[in-house]
Amino acid sequence: MTTTPTPSRPPVPGPPQDTSPTFVGMPTFHRAARAALDDTQQRRNLHHATRTIRDKRSRAVAELPHWEELRRAGAAAKDEALDHLADYLIRLEERLTAGGATVHWARDAAEANRIVLDIVRAKEAEEVVKVKSMVTQEIELNEALEAAGVNAWETDLAELIVQLGHDRPSHILVPAIHRNRREIRDIFQREMAAVGRPAPKDLTDEPSRLAEAARLHLREKFLRARVGVSGANFAIADTGSLVVVESEGNGRMCLTLPETLISVVGIEKVLPSWDDLGALLQLLPRSSTGERMNPYTTIWSGVHEGDGPQEVHVVLLDNGRTHVLGDRLGRQALRCIRCSACLNVCPVYERTGGHAYGSVYPGPIGAVLNPQLRGTESDIDRSLPWASSLCGACYDACPVGIDIPELLVELRSRVAGDRGRTAESVAMAATTWLFSDPRRLTAAQRATGVAGRLVGDRTIRSVPGLGAWTNARDLPNPPPESFRTWWARERGGGTREGSGR
Amino acid sequence: MLEPRDDVVPSEPRTSGQRVALFATCFNDTLWPETPKATVHLLERLGVSVDFPADQTCCGQMLTNSGYGSSALPLVRRFVDVFGGYDAVVAPSGSCVGSVRVQHRRIAEESDDDSLADRVAELGPRVYELSEFLVDVLGVEDVGASFPHRVTYHPTCHSLRMLRVDDRPLRLLRAVRGIDLVELPEAQECCGFGGTFALKNADISISMGSDKARHVVGTGAEVLVAGDNSCLAHIGGILGRWRTGIRPMHLAEILAATEGTPA
Repeated sequence: MTTTPTPSRPPVPGPPQDTSPTFVGMPTFHRAARAALDDTQQRRNLHHATRTIRDKRSRAVAELPHWEELRRAGAAAKDEALDHLADYLIRLEERLTAGGATVHWARDAAEANRIVLDIVRAKEAEEVVKVKSMVTQEIELNEALEAAGVNAWETDLAELIVQLGHDRPSHILVPAIHRNRREIRDIFQREMAAVGRPAPKDLTDEPSRLAEAARLHLREKFLRARVGVSGANFAIADTGSLVVVESEGNGRMCLTLPETLISVVGIEKVLPSWDDLGALLQLLPRSSTGERMNPYTTIWSGVHEGDGPQEVHVVLLDNGRTHVLGDRLGRQALRCIRCSACLNVCPVYERTGGHAYGSVYPGPIGAVLNPQLRGTESDIDRSLPWASSLCGACYDACPVGIDIPELLVELRSRVAGDRGRTAESVAMAATTWLFSDPRRLTAAQRATGVAGRLVGDRTIRSVPGLGAWTNARDLPNPPPESFRTWWARERGGGTREGSGR
Repeated sequence: MLEPRDDVVPSEPRTSGQRVALFATCFNDTLWPETPKATVHLLERLGVSVDFPADQTCCGQMLTNSGYGSSALPLVRRFVDVFGGYDAVVAPSGSCVGSVRVQHRRIAEESDDDSLADRVAELGPRVYELSEFLVDVLGVEDVGASFPHRVTYHPTCHSLRMLRVDDRPLRLLRAVRGIDLVELPEAQECCGFGGTFALKNADISISMGSDKARHVVGTGAEVLVAGDNSCLAHIGGILGRWRTGIRPMHLAEILAATEGTPA
């Protein structure tokens, strides 16, 4: 990483965000995961889908000999923005305003939703068309709009499937990854008619037929809607530009057809300069879809008379982000560009799917981001730092070099520290005591040796209290003597004898 | 094929005159003593005089990864006290070496003890996982071993992604006399052990381990080899429960085996 400049002003950590109503009372990760593991259809869908994207990504990354340099450049651009966030946000606001956009600041989800709703009401609109956006899911904007009588139509194919299925997204990039095409056909046939153009009666599960049904269903919404809502992949401070990267072209429709465009943008999306896009627009598509380039990149800078939306609003959202920024180690999670490469390579995510993570941000990045954004008050957020075997595949795949395993370990220490004295903390203190003196270790090893001699060659298939291990795994037989005992006898001289005899 | 060769052992090991210590690791010392014993036999066969400083205990990884990094601080201090005077430290565990090289640094930096951080940073690069020590320090790939069995190799996560041992273990295994080394499908995927993950998220751990075990069975191998006994205990525990008869073995034990002293 390049040298990090000292922040121009120390960030003032804001409060963590509130857990959204949808995820309040979510069970711990391992309980939610157990149910997901039993869903054999979902397991097959996820296995197939993650393997396909994983292989595509590996090929796309292997093509670039300077991938590591790109990663460092991407991380450096994000770090520069995060280390001077207040300055770049103010510059972004100035440039956006100069371009004719209206900038709003939102402390939390409720404030952002109220700002969006006020604009929609002022336009007397009863519906909005939406570009796929993580941040509007994070703040549950659709639910807030619907509660106020405004329909929010998702126009990304996978988000449409999730919305029509009264479901929740389970992946950042491919939110309907847990569904196969037969399930999608059934959802289209059952649900489309109630909210617009019905699916054809003879719809099959051919991908091209499914896409055509969605296209026809959405077309009338694109042409009718007067307000579009989006997020942004990047917000460029020096030009006042917002960038949306997508594959289907539905985003381009929403960003250009309606008279009014509202973009909700997390404050960590800011990039210092237009030049930073060079690295990031290479990193993102190769990491997320495994493509060299994404099919559609839309960039707009304020309002242009007679071309595109004539009223452009940008809602800059905190919602826990300055809370993360205040943490020296944890702030690297704010580099995340939501590519989802870490989900696709994660053996845990592949088996549990996204819902078990209790957030719109699942997988390894969710396991570090949610407990930082929301704090560690709830059962789910306290359990997420353990939702990993620390295998490190996520760190290798991350295009902006977020050391997710390191963050997981750090978050574990925070949760363990908060819990105070527990059976585990007592056991850990005993472990330190044991290993702080080789004589204690030797004494413990003698007990192991006695156990070993008692067990002999028999296979250990069950030990009281160790059911979590022995339910499905045999235990190794304890050896009759430790290595250090052997060494003392066979090589004796060594340095110190250390056997405590 | 099996005739003895003179060129396998450098006549003068590169470590000649240097002080080499064995870090057995607490797990191996207590539960799998055959592995550090094999490491000693192997290194002595290669002309390396290895020392076992008896004051060594544990790298503290289990504490750190469980969220008790500050409790690991005395163990970090002990590690540099015990091993700081050696020219090279070798351990038959990718995971424990990963802990020493990566985690000790952070723990020391977060403590108030600046001199400890310096000593940790200074010692770290001299701590080697077994395959690194053999290939990089001694400069050997053919260690003169003989192991006439069908074997498949699982690269453990920390050796692969923390230490970047790359194909060093495979290069060592390929040079073993009589070995039938078969490729493990999806080898780079985690086995699901993950320390306390194996207990705290036992269902997912077993699911991952079962997939790994199925791939191992599919190779038709008699022996599963890896550089970490903890991962081997997990995969081996499943292979055992399934009554597959496949034997988990540490890399050191295969490399120590010769025609005269088979494993």
